[in-house]
Amino acid sequence: MNRKLVLWLPFALMAALLIAFLAGLSNSPEKVIVSQMVGQPLPEFAAGPAITGQAGAATADFRDGKPRLLNVFASWCVPCVAEIPMLMELKANGAEVVGVAVHDNSTDLGRFLAENGNPYSRIGLDQGGRAQIALGSAGVPETFVVDGTGKIIYQHIGVVTEADKAKLLAMLGVTK
Amino acid sequence: MIAEAGLAALWLAATMALLQLVLGALVLSRGQTSLGRAVAPVAVIQAALVSIAFACLVAVFVRSDMSVLLVAANSHSAKPMIYKIAGTWGNHEGSMLLWVTILGLAGATIALFERTLRADTKLATLSAQAAIALGFYAFLLFASNPFTRISGVIEGAGLNPLLQDPGLAFHPPTLYAGYVGMSAAFSFAVGALITRDVGPTFARAMRPWILGAWILLTIGITAGSYWAYYTLGWGGWWFWDPVENASLMPWLAATALLHSVTVLATRDGLRTWTIMLAVLAFSMSMVGTFLVRSGILTSVHSFAVDPQRGLFILGLLTVYITGAMALFAIRAGTIAEGNRFELVSREAALVINNLILTVVLVVVLAGTLYPLILESINGDKISVGAPYFNSVAGPLAVVLMLLLAAGPLMRWRSDRPRALIDRMAPALFAGATMLLLLAAFGGTIGYLPLVGLVAAAVVGVASIAPLWKRDLKRAPLFTWGMVLAHFGCAVSIAGMASDAAFTKENMVSVAVNETREVGPFAVTLLGVRERPGPNYQILEAVLSISKSATGAPFQMTPQLHAFTQPQMTTNQAAIKTFWNGQLYLTLGENSDGDKFLLRMWWKPFVTFIWLGGALIALGGALSLLGRVRRDIWKKQAAPAIGPVEAPA
Amino acid sequence: MRLVPLLFAAMLVCAGPVYGQDLADVSLSDPRQEAEALALMDSIRCVVCQGQPISGSNADLAGDMRRLIRERIAAGDKPEAVRAMLVGKYGDWVTFRPQVKPATLPLWLVPLLALLAGGWLVSRRIGRRRS
Repeated sequence: MNRKLVLWLPFALMAALLIAFLAGLSNSPEKVIVSQMVGQPLPEFAAGPAITGQAGAATADFRDGKPRLLNVFASWCVPCVAEIPMLMELKANGAEVVGVAVHDNSTDLGRFLAENGNPYSRIGLDQGGRAQIALGSAGVPETFVVDGTGKIIYQHIGVVTEADKAKLLAMLGVTK
Repeated sequence: MIAEAGLAALWLAATMALLQLVLGALVLSRGQTSLGRAVAPVAVIQAALVSIAFACLVAVFVRSDMSVLLVAANSHSAKPMIYKIAGTWGNHEGSMLLWVTILGLAGATIALFERTLRADTKLATLSAQAAIALGFYAFLLFASNPFTRISGVIEGAGLNPLLQDPGLAFHPPTLYAGYVGMSAAFSFAVGALITRDVGPTFARAMRPWILGAWILLTIGITAGSYWAYYTLGWGGWWFWDPVENASLMPWLAATALLHSVTVLATRDGLRTWTIMLAVLAFSMSMVGTFLVRSGILTSVHSFAVDPQRGLFILGLLTVYITGAMALFAIRAGTIAEGNRFELVSREAALVINNLILTVVLVVVLAGTLYPLILESINGDKISVGAPYFNSVAGPLAVVLMLLLAAGPLMRWRSDRPRALIDRMAPALFAGATMLLLLAAFGGTIGYLPLVGLVAAAVVGVASIAPLWKRDLKRAPLFTWGMVLAHFGCAVSIAGMASDAAFTKENMVSVAVNETREVGPFAVTLLGVRERPGPNYQILEAVLSISKSATGAPFQMTPQLHAFTQPQMTTNQAAIKTFWNGQLYLTLGENSDGDKFLLRMWWKPFVTFIWLGGALIALGGALSLLGRVRRDIWKKQAAPAIGPVEAPA
Repeated sequence: MRLVPLLFAAMLVCAGPVYGQDLADVSLSDPRQEAEALALMDSIRCVVCQGQPISGSNADLAGDMRRLIRERIAAGDKPEAVRAMLVGKYGDWVTFRPQVKPATLPLWLVPLLALLAGGWLVSRRIGRRRS
């Protein structure tokens, strides 16, 4: 090979590296871990009742043909508070929201629901993150859409806002 | 007023750097030598001004002047004084100012003390130094002004508790000084490319800077590793984390450079390769700074995340590196090839050592950056961590160890393989003995730790071989340095392999007065108590430990520190060092009624990792001292030409 | 006697995080299984704090994953099966050991190429000595 060409090789390699950096800067710095369970049947989980007077949540509850939202949340999670009014509104529009509370306890949950309202039809207290891991959920809040056949068709990561409302209702088939 | 004075000094320093660059360029292009005499004083004035700016920043931190944005965002008036001072560089702007301050001081040192280099090469070197500094001044003044004022703040936000640690207070300055030392080596290389003055004299002028930078990087990495080990509280000492890799990459390049510059200084070989490595080592320092400062990669240690600044550093990186690489491509062709050598020769061992070090560098670079590249190509997110690096770089490191054992025992230019094997015999015997011992008593250990321990035995014995049959008093200081550094490598590898092979771990849940065992120790929880610390609350477990054989019990107290500004809990491991390892105990965060979590490790010979690192740095320091002393002595006697070192 | 189950039930509801101390933070009794579990935990990335393996993370979810791994290993599952399960939930991102597939081949090919190219360059400098 030509010696001149060899001498330009480091230049080319470095230029390639710098282009990679430039591309890397446009990647989102906050890595969002998307669940691989989207498109798959809702995995088996059973989370017992979180508060007295309301049923827990389990896979079996999603097999009756009705699409539902599955909201992974926690009483210690600040953004979850902001999300409650929107979940209430979705409920008012005919959506059923099943809650799974992670790393939580009944006392704190009771206070949280009393202060912010309770949009949930059922709330499961997830023991040891089993349901969360089964769902492939990496944080709170996250909202899954489960269709009538018990399949996860969508995952929303972060707070549900006004902008997501129409899309979620359409997926649930309860457009008003 | 102090902040305004600092900003003014910074502007003036930047002006001086510009003047230094313009003067240098004028002299080099037009040959106006009368102007050339002004360059060195300008470099010294620039260093003085930037030092004043840095002193001003330290002063506002010491006085907890909350009207300065940087102080308000990173300090707190209730903080101990040492962390107020360390807070100066515990943030983005301050660390960049420290960077450029050290750079200015390095330039002044070259201007004042460098006398062996040809006058035009020295001038070109100082100009290159000014060009680098100018970029950083621009970065500070336009994108990260450390002296910005703010009003209405009464109390500061505090410094990340993890960073409130005496070791860490001096860790970044050490690494930065190392990076800057590499920038000096880079400036020398650029200067030599401009004046086509690549030869042994140039190599000898550049070598102290490489050695100095390499020593600081070694200390920085070793100290950083120990810091991670005792603060993170999980017994790990190296995570192949992007920030760690960012400090490892310049070190690998600097290690290769250190060895190739020796060939250039002694045998006038590897001319272009040495220049290439100098550019590469500085590039890696810049890449390291970029990776840490841009927040482009997710890291345990990510402090400052700002893509805008990342873009600015990337711009600087592009200008310097592609500029230097282009200069290299254009000029290196005109540099005459150096002396050749045979396959069995010390040059060949050093060249292959360089090759392996560079490939390890490529592995670290690929592993660190490929996830980033893949994500920007198709959005796939992958993680590359310890399993990849250990399995790919590990075998390369073993080859490197064997070269390290054989290299110093070889003659320059050409050697006889039989003679080499004779000289290696004691080392190979030591390796075989180690292998037998491990097979007999080692239990089941992994392949890589096994090979590592055997290689450590070989290197340990081979490394001191250059001193055999020599009058120890007359052996030059740099030979002692080399021996010590190579022996340090053996010690460090032994520590790593031993930690991987023999560590005993036990994680337990215990109530008061219950006893659990880890390795040869029995650990009893005597009680848990709470007390206030300087700016945090302490939860402390009192443990009584007895070694099964000897029996005399002693106490250890792992702690949790709960900080309020900002709110965060840190783990303070209790570590007790024995001659043959460390007992490492931490208190878990989830206490449940009267049950407490303890994480316990017995790590045989783990201290060897950092002991080895310290020996490597010490060896480098001896070598540096020996070289500088010999150069001074030589200058006083007569300007000698030809080989400096006798064959071993 | 009837008081005991009642107390137990009350504890379950009120005692806060009852999952606080179990296999998430406590070793398995079989050292060989524990070693397998640890090796796996060292190579699973925490999805909350992201920079760390779950074996060195204080996040709750990392603890949950450690518990799950120890339970599965204790039940006789192979570490690779557990890794595959977690990759099935969170994707390739969750494992620090990249899967070998076309998209990740450069991780091994680039160093190999560097070694070959470097070796070729070195070989040109060796052997022929200029007098």
